Amino acid sequence: MPKLVIRNGRVIDPASGLDQICDVFCVNGYVAQIGEKLYATGAEEYDASGLIVAPGFIDMHVHLREPGFEHAETIESGSRAAAAGGFTSICCMPNTAPINDNATVTSYIVERAERAAAVNVFPIGAITKNSAGEELAAIGSMIQAGAVAISDDGRPVMNARVMRRAMEFAHAFGIPVINHCEDLHLSAGGDMHEGVESVRFGLHGIPAASEDVMVARDLLLAELTGARYHVAHISARRSVEMVAFAKNRGLPVTSEATPHHFALAASHMPPYDSNYKMKPPLRTDCDVAAITQGLISGAIDAIATDHAPHAGSDKMQEFEKCPFGVIGLETALGLTLERLVHTGKIPLQRMIELFTTGPTRVVNLRGRGRLQSGGPADVTIFDTDRSWTYDVNRSLSKSRNSPFDGHSFRGGPVATVVSGKIVWRVQ
Amino acid sequence: MSGSLLGIEPLDRSEIEAILERSRDFQPTGNQAFKRQELLRGRMVVNLFFEASTRTRTSFEIAAKRLGADAISITASGSSVSKGESLVDTLNTLAAMRPDAIIMRHASSGAPHFLARHLPTPIVNAGDGTHEHPTQALLDARTILDRRKTLEGLRVAIIGDISHSRVARSNMYLLSKFGAEVVLCGPAPLLPREFASLAPSVTLTYNLREAIRDVDVIMMLRVQLERQHEAAFPASEYFQFYGLRLEHVGLAKPDVIVMHPGPINRGREISSEVADSQRSVILNQVENGVAVRMAVLERVLLN
Repeated sequence: MPKLVIRNGRVIDPASGLDQICDVFCVNGYVAQIGEKLYATGAEEYDASGLIVAPGFIDMHVHLREPGFEHAETIESGSRAAAAGGFTSICCMPNTAPINDNATVTSYIVERAERAAAVNVFPIGAITKNSAGEELAAIGSMIQAGAVAISDDGRPVMNARVMRRAMEFAHAFGIPVINHCEDLHLSAGGDMHEGVESVRFGLHGIPAASEDVMVARDLLLAELTGARYHVAHISARRSVEMVAFAKNRGLPVTSEATPHHFALAASHMPPYDSNYKMKPPLRTDCDVAAITQGLISGAIDAIATDHAPHAGSDKMQEFEKCPFGVIGLETALGLTLERLVHTGKIPLQRMIELFTTGPTRVVNLRGRGRLQSGGPADVTIFDTDRSWTYDVNRSLSKSRNSPFDGHSFRGGPVATVVSGKIVWRVQ
Repeated sequence: MSGSLLGIEPLDRSEIEAILERSRDFQPTGNQAFKRQELLRGRMVVNLFFEASTRTRTSFEIAAKRLGADAISITASGSSVSKGESLVDTLNTLAAMRPDAIIMRHASSGAPHFLARHLPTPIVNAGDGTHEHPTQALLDARTILDRRKTLEGLRVAIIGDISHSRVARSNMYLLSKFGAEVVLCGPAPLLPREFASLAPSVTLTYNLREAIRDVDVIMMLRVQLERQHEAAFPASEYFQFYGLRLEHVGLAKPDVIVMHPGPINRGREISSEVADSQRSVILNQVENGVAVRMAVLERVLLN
């Protein structure tokens, strides 16, 4: 029986309210005991003195690119990057080739992950066939094969009637519908946020209203259907306000924000740097403030990276030809500490919630998101003060499209434990 | 990229003044034919045009040749670009042949900036997407200065599809840097409010008559239907509300100058009467294009 004991760390578990210096003893993939000076014969010892020991972090929004785009990322490489970012579980979006819109693809991902992944991988199935927005995908059988939510991420469901039916169907199966909110008519041709910078650079804009109108529509449909509804990568301040309004009225709606949307605004983009091109786009300082406020108040439930690897040659093109998306697994914790914790905007406990119980309020990951005896021994060990610099060329991802290359961080992951095994530790 | 000319926005006033001043030396005088000079003898300039353009390409080619440089022109349709080669590969190939400068026209905003980051060869932006067209603004300034002592205090109306115009952006930056007042005018969907915050002394109006009242210069823009993603304005009404006609010219200063970067669409943005009137300096603009581009090439190649 493999045993691991993590000694003398500050163990913080938001689900139980635990916050004390003690040991975590893992046996055979599960947490056997949490307490002081635990007796653990034959166990591998890990000294976590001066470090934070938290439930394994969850990134509920990742693109692993397998099957179909293995030149950009694989389940193996993406999951290793996740481990290096302190994540023990990730949910992967269905926009692979073929698209994960049926149980065969779902099973393929689950099986590949069992063999090759460094962390737990939970697939998200498509809402519609081929994510074309017209006909519902094989939702029930994808759930049976392991899908934990449905989304056409990368594309919105434009047709309100289709969205309504998807919500009704998913609701009956107890899973949430996650939408990439973007009115495609309003955003058509856009390459960055519509504002001073897009006008200055002569680039077509994506107005914040393209997100807001779809969030508004979906919240009304969530009320109509009673479904659990989740806004992916929320970026616009009116959208945050509307989600807060819906939550206040008791609707079962949730949202997530990416680190780049609370760390950067469109004005930070060096001219035509495609490592700053993503959807939704970087918006204004007002939007950054609103996202931050949403993370403080609870209007936003989770931090998710929207890790979107693209091969170098795809990003080495004219700006308007470059695909949308940036990688983010390895920089998420550092950015969150830097922008939210060290600035005093949120306490450490709240940050851990945003990476653990927040996501598990949205998706059911079978007992993850908390540290308790008998639960899965997924543990994130991190340091709040360690200085380090991100070198994207040493990333474990197969892609290099990060706007944070060369950025110096204060605090970051130190070791990642999945099912009682250390799958990554800092060099 | 230090020697590159990517836009007017990053230039300071003295750099612009130097080019404008030098370009006077290259203006033809009287009926004298221009004598070929040898300032750039032995230099090689590549004209790389990914977007159709007769006048700008020819103008750069003549400018290079008049200075004694070798100029070759490559257009996208006759090159490996049409065989699917990426922009980086095309430029790497060309750069390996060691030209002294690459003059580039491209339909994507920022394409020359992207290349300037990756190539050692100086790049002259001959128009990028809907972003900037710096040599057009320089030749427009030269043309105004041939008729006015200074740009300072002038009132200049720029009229048309502002949103998609690289000519409007470059002119707005240049004129604003020299203390001119710039009035931008066009149909509201083609005139984003954000323009007012891009440079000092820039105002917006959707009313043509208001725009040209008491102006010293009217710059008409080509209505670029090919740049429209969709019908952002009722095309049938364009000339009625935004086309420049003789009746409007009287609202401006008596010695107003009417400019147009060409090619003009008679009866769409400008009436023939205005285009061919005494107030029009459209052909002088073309002539100054060569002189200004000579000054630009000299700066880029000899710096």
